Amino acid sequence: MAVNRKNRLKPGWIGLLVLTGLVDLGLLIAYLIQGKNIALFNPKGVIAHEQFSLMMFVSAVLFAVAIPVIFILFFTAWKYRESNTKAKHVPDSRHSKLFVLSLWLFPTAIMLVLASVMWPATHRLAPQKSIDSSVKPITIQVITLRWKWLFLYPEQGIATVNFVQIPVNTPVKFEMTADETPMSSFWIPNLGGQLYAMTSHVNRLNLMADTTGDYPGSTPEINGAGFAGMKFTARVSSDKDFKQWVQTVGQSESNLDTATYGELLLPSQNNKVALYSAFDDSLYDNVIMKYNGSMEGHGHHE
Amino acid sequence: MKELLVGKLTWDSLPHEWTTIGGTFTIILTGIILSVVLTRTKRWKWLWKEWLTSVDPKKIGIMYFIAGGVMLLRGGLDALMIWLQQALSSGDSQGYLSAQHFQEIFTAHGNIMVFFVAMAFIFGLINYIVPLQIGARDLASPLMNTLGFWLFIGGIIMVNMFFVFGGEYAATGWLAVAPLSGKEFSPGVGVDYWIWSLMISGVGTTLGAINFIMTILKMRAPGMTLFKMPLFTWGSLCSMMMAVTVFPLLTATLFLVYFDRALGTHFFTTIGGGDPMMYTNLIWMWGHPEVYVLILPAFGVFSEVVSTFSRKSIASYKSAVFGMIGVSAFALSVWLHHFFTMGAGADVNAFFGVMTMVIAIPTSVLVFNWIATMYKGRIRFETPMLWFLGFVAVFAIGGISGVMLAVPPINFQMHNSLFLVAHFHSTVIGGVLFGVFCALSYWFPKFTGFRLNERLGRYAFWCWIVGFCMSFIPMYVLGFMGASRRLNHYDSSTGWQPLFILMLIGGIVIAVGVALQLAQILASFIQKKRLLDTTGGDPWDGRSLEWSTPSPPPFYNFVTIPKITSSDAYWEMKKQILPKRSYEDIHMPKSTGVGIYISIFATLASFAFVWDIIWLIVVSLIAIIVIFVIRGFSEDSEYIIPAHEVQRLEEARIAKAPIATNAHENNSSEEDMGLRELIMVVYRFVMDIIKNKRWKKW
Repeated sequence: MAVNRKNRLKPGWIGLLVLTGLVDLGLLIAYLIQGKNIALFNPKGVIAHEQFSLMMFVSAVLFAVAIPVIFILFFTAWKYRESNTKAKHVPDSRHSKLFVLSLWLFPTAIMLVLASVMWPATHRLAPQKSIDSSVKPITIQVITLRWKWLFLYPEQGIATVNFVQIPVNTPVKFEMTADETPMSSFWIPNLGGQLYAMTSHVNRLNLMADTTGDYPGSTPEINGAGFAGMKFTARVSSDKDFKQWVQTVGQSESNLDTATYGELLLPSQNNKVALYSAFDDSLYDNVIMKYNGSMEGHGHHE
Repeated sequence: MKELLVGKLTWDSLPHEWTTIGGTFTIILTGIILSVVLTRTKRWKWLWKEWLTSVDPKKIGIMYFIAGGVMLLRGGLDALMIWLQQALSSGDSQGYLSAQHFQEIFTAHGNIMVFFVAMAFIFGLINYIVPLQIGARDLASPLMNTLGFWLFIGGIIMVNMFFVFGGEYAATGWLAVAPLSGKEFSPGVGVDYWIWSLMISGVGTTLGAINFIMTILKMRAPGMTLFKMPLFTWGSLCSMMMAVTVFPLLTATLFLVYFDRALGTHFFTTIGGGDPMMYTNLIWMWGHPEVYVLILPAFGVFSEVVSTFSRKSIASYKSAVFGMIGVSAFALSVWLHHFFTMGAGADVNAFFGVMTMVIAIPTSVLVFNWIATMYKGRIRFETPMLWFLGFVAVFAIGGISGVMLAVPPINFQMHNSLFLVAHFHSTVIGGVLFGVFCALSYWFPKFTGFRLNERLGRYAFWCWIVGFCMSFIPMYVLGFMGASRRLNHYDSSTGWQPLFILMLIGGIVIAVGVALQLAQILASFIQKKRLLDTTGGDPWDGRSLEWSTPSPPPFYNFVTIPKITSSDAYWEMKKQILPKRSYEDIHMPKSTGVGIYISIFATLASFAFVWDIIWLIVVSLIAIIVIFVIRGFSEDSEYIIPAHEVQRLEEARIAKAPIATNAHENNSSEEDMGLRELIMVVYRFVMDIIKNKRWKKW
């Protein structure tokens, strides 16, 4: 079927239009989000920094390969268009073995480069791995409830809901589990990548913030009706402010006794921040024990 | 007593919310209109005999396409509802949907788009094209194929049944992650509908896949060795092999979830020794290969389209074949990349990350192969080629983001964020859907005997591209901003709202694209005569065997089974002098209603499983067994068309075949009906009915 293309735009014009459109779209998006927290490009912790630079490296390699390939593809399509009768036409494809080999070797080489970067990075940035630092790490136990975050500070003896404060430049060990809640995921994008929290298991995520400020935290894993409202704020403060905050919370009147925990276990949505001056030492272990006959052989992934 | 009779069903199960009332109303209205039209035009018998009980894969293929098209509209409406909610519900505004309702919608959207749109189109293509490409007159097991199709229709019915009974679909995400999908956290019937709709359509897929593997392996024309098969057939073979490998896994997993929910077992529960992580593993062991089940036939389509429209054989046929085999082999060993964040150690994560990257190698080989095929070709830019170029652009974005997600430390920052959602939409829309559109415009002349309207096709294409960029590029950006998927509400301080609004506008542009595609099909039927294929079934100067048949092909496909000498079988045949026509007796399978009957009882059984109606379960299962046994004893499943009858049919067809006239020689797409002309035609048609009171005649 011969096609008359008299009134159609030339491919060059179409390409130009598409490019202009994409640039406009990019500018529009940039305008719409200016001044907002683009969390992944705005790392505030050592892990997030490393994850960001890894992301930049991988995407640079990929773009460096993909953009020329796509360009070549479109250029080839244009060069050998039907109306360009000057271009050579060879109806039979006969290619040398070398050509076929390079077809396979080229992508293999690129993937080898990426894999050789990825393997050590995955080990270096494993969430379970402690962060090297001269500062003594603090441990925070996290229990996901429907639909709120409960943070226990075993060393400080305080507990919080939907709010976690940590000192800057101090390694933090988050130990996560869940109680009567489907799988959730613990994510503070400015500080570093996420990990699932689930009943009967303990997952450990090591993070260290390097800039003070308030950062949003959420669960990207769906866990029921209150999922979207299950958010918390991670406040990174100086060590001094942190100690002072611990003291203030330690003096507050409410404490996390069995009755209060029972209330927290009931499903509720869009919960406010709550601070507790004390909690039962065995609470965390009991939550895990509840789903396991014994502690042995369960929940340790290290 | 009541419980014995109707199980858990109560009056409250009937629709009483605006969405379920709307859904039920639409279903009933469509049913009424269809029955009125069929009764008035006296087409019931025709429908039953020619279509519903047909075992002709060409007709089943078209029915798959119709079902998939309807479901595309249904799933697309879900998408618009999701985008509208997210564009509205920032800060104080909670939008127009409750959290539960919103979650049901995106769950249904995912299930419908993957199972009942993408799978439907892919199976439709395979049904129609594969037998023609391998030179077969029918299938290895035509009954298994119809049964597979009708079970798939049963799945569609079950996925929409909640509108009428129960008013609740699963609110768990499209894979119903445990333990959220357990009785403890999802007590309603929504998850049961999810289980049983996927159960029966999944069994249908397994049956269909078995049939096509047998057909491709055993029924090729003489001379067609495996390495002379067209690439679409190769893609289909790889895809069906994978489907047979993983779909039983889905069925088994669904049974376990059902046992947990109905019988109180503890496979995936939080208590009693159950392990939800097991569920995550099992469902993704099926779920990841599933996306390759969809994409491989599409890769095959693109390979053939590029070769045909470049007027050149594929650059490296063996590389393309091994590329597809490689993709399907590696696809079975990457499932863990869907949950790097579940807490596995670095060795496990890194291994699955590397495996995922390995899969990018055969995929890149295919892309390079297409470039090399175009090199020194003579490329015609008809709509199929446009869809191919659109695919390359969109799929490249999806591929890049995919390799990024394959790196575990990066994945920790992007898992379940909107970046991920944008990634798989890029691959599934760009790869599968554009592949299907490409295939549709390529093979439409084969289906109908006339080509699709080019002009409206181009409009639709550009709407899809523009809409896609507007809705999914902001989605990538939202992922960078830390927006997770499936949010029915977010704080205004996040600054996400403008991007969600942009996405909604993009969605509307895509909807316009879909409307234009419908208009395109309508306009093509109206202009049928002008678009008629006068080349005797080979409008694109095709290379594979399906183009050697007339359009549409006779129900026996080939008068004489051709002998194959090359992977571009028809291309070689065209260079030779046609042998003199000879006629032979043809064996064909008889139409049968067994597929429909079994599917009706399977759907009833599923419905009964959802509502615990024990007697109905027992009756339906017995009925299925009885039908099988009766069919098993029947020896009357084939018939012979004698040679002289074939001759008569062929001569009648040739006498009626359209002949090229002068008017058709300057057949150009500029003559194709534009939108304005189409609207005028429809307007005149409607006015004619109203003015001349034509409805009185009905």
